[in-house]
Amino acid sequence: MAKIELNGLAHSYMPHIQEPQDFALKELNHVWEDGGAYALLGPSGCGKTTLLNIISGLLKPTHGEILFDGEAVTNKATEDRNIAQVFQFPVVYDTMTVYDNLAFPLRNRGVSASEVDGRVREIAELLEMEDSLKRKASGLTADAKQKISLGRGLVRADVSAILFDEPLTVIDPHLKWQLRSQLKHLHKRFNYTMVYVTHDQTEALTFADKVVVMYDGAVVQMGTPEELFERPKHTFVGYFIGSPGMNVVPCHIDGKQAMVAGHAFAMEQGLSNIPAGASLEVGIRPEFLSLSREGSGPTVSIQKVEDLGRFKVASVRLEDHEFKVMVNEEDEVPTDGARLVVDPTHVNLYANSHLVEEA
Amino acid sequence: MNKWSDNRAWWLVLPVVLIVAFSAVIPLMTVVNYAFQDTFGNNEFYWAGIEWFQEVLRSDRFHGALGRQFLFSFIILSIEIPLGIAIALAMPKKGLWVPFCLILMALPLLIPWNVVGTIWQIFGRIDIGLLGAALDGLGIEYNYTQNTIDAWVTLIVMDVWHWTSLVVLLCYAGLQSIPDAYYQAARIDGASKWATFRFIQLPKMNRVLLIAVLLRFMDSFMIYTEPFVVTGGGPGNATTFLSIDLVQMAIGQFDLGPAAAMSLVYFLIILLFSWVFFTVMSYLDRAES
Repeated sequence: MAKIELNGLAHSYMPHIQEPQDFALKELNHVWEDGGAYALLGPSGCGKTTLLNIISGLLKPTHGEILFDGEAVTNKATEDRNIAQVFQFPVVYDTMTVYDNLAFPLRNRGVSASEVDGRVREIAELLEMEDSLKRKASGLTADAKQKISLGRGLVRADVSAILFDEPLTVIDPHLKWQLRSQLKHLHKRFNYTMVYVTHDQTEALTFADKVVVMYDGAVVQMGTPEELFERPKHTFVGYFIGSPGMNVVPCHIDGKQAMVAGHAFAMEQGLSNIPAGASLEVGIRPEFLSLSREGSGPTVSIQKVEDLGRFKVASVRLEDHEFKVMVNEEDEVPTDGARLVVDPTHVNLYANSHLVEEA
Repeated sequence: MNKWSDNRAWWLVLPVVLIVAFSAVIPLMTVVNYAFQDTFGNNEFYWAGIEWFQEVLRSDRFHGALGRQFLFSFIILSIEIPLGIAIALAMPKKGLWVPFCLILMALPLLIPWNVVGTIWQIFGRIDIGLLGAALDGLGIEYNYTQNTIDAWVTLIVMDVWHWTSLVVLLCYAGLQSIPDAYYQAARIDGASKWATFRFIQLPKMNRVLLIAVLLRFMDSFMIYTEPFVVTGGGPGNATTFLSIDLVQMAIGQFDLGPAAAMSLVYFLIILLFSWVFFTVMSYLDRAES
């Protein structure tokens, strides 16, 4: 296992770089701790696969360097980096049995037959695949094949990191959950450094200790699932994480309040450090809004109510702005004269899409 | 769901039956007619039973041609298949050179058989052919019209020149269908070049390879035009393969009975081998799933 350091890493697929927009991956500096489970989360084309390919050694970064446990591996080939990777589509050696598949990485490295046998049996037990060791790998289901891919990484006791490139894409929904918890279990037991690429927030949030949210070639936030939910550092993180995403509306500041369409939103943070001339927005999660007939909140009109089972999502209008409001299943949505109630501790202020933090 | 049968559907097959009958079954039956009967002209036929078959199957001439035919097919397969795989592996996977290589590979396949024969017939001549003259100039004795080995070598090199491309193109298609992730996984697993070939590339190519072997076997087993143009079956009958022998018997000597019998035997041999290949292929398919 290893600590992974990314120093000034940037990559462009173009031979002649002219402007910052030419970078598929913009400069980033990160330290990923030994034994951590990290998820790279972001929409297609945000640079997460580029970053993974740089770590695995398939791509050489345009700038910067990458270190495993303090040792520079930027110029090392994939095979010398001592990593394991599970791909989007299962990669197994069709003509081999499950046993031979698992033994393959060890045999290639000249490990003795008895040691190979011991490791293979140990990993097969771990993955609950002892019964299919003698079977041809080609006839197995997609989830079993993914387990073999993972197993080929695990048999090498000394891997620096295990990389996952959207590994659950082709797995049936009910097995996704099962495989994910098996992964988590393995992580807890053996403390592998794991890097998991996905565009599915549920996968990222349930798998990882730290989620790295990427957008347009840059890391917009790295944090625990809770941090991403409560204090999104960029409006994109607010939209992208949570279902429905964060409400983000333009505002201006008047004293200690944010003014939205002439109505005051009380705030408790981020007011002391506003950059001059920036375009401002408030961000409030639907979970921290509610509707009531009483109080002093602004009156809103109800556009529609979607019942999602455990809760309802009401779309409400305040002048030109639409808000989503999460309402508990048992609570009633007032049809007329509804007022919007805001939890002031969870109102975030954004200047040019970036969170305004206290100085 | 209840399925109901309506025999009127058979009428829909009728056009195909008629076309196949006109183009294949009736001509074939004519051959069968000649194979079991004797004729002395005037459209008079006498029943001959299996006499012609016995004559053909017992003749040294047929055994010789059959032996040469198998040897020829065996040699060209054992050259063209490995060579085709090797060239396909060496071809670029992307970039500007891909279309260039593909066109280069396709060129020999686009040349008509008799033209290929003529090209090599002239190419190998000592007086005016580049190859023949060059070998002669180097002091190497080479004469495909008189020396058996030279004639065989010429025909084999010609066939390799003409048809290896087909194997290359099929293998290349098979190789292109392998996702990059497999190569990356092989690198991560520390696989050598040979192991990558043995456990990734070859298994992914096995179906196209079977098709390549089948096509090249059938084609080479029926080869006629090129050897006819280059050597005419000689020197002596050193390069007289089955189809050349058959044409000599049927059109040269006008021995229609034995020629018809031989046609049927020839046809059955090809059918048998195609069936074996088909069985092997579908067996492999089943074993894989």
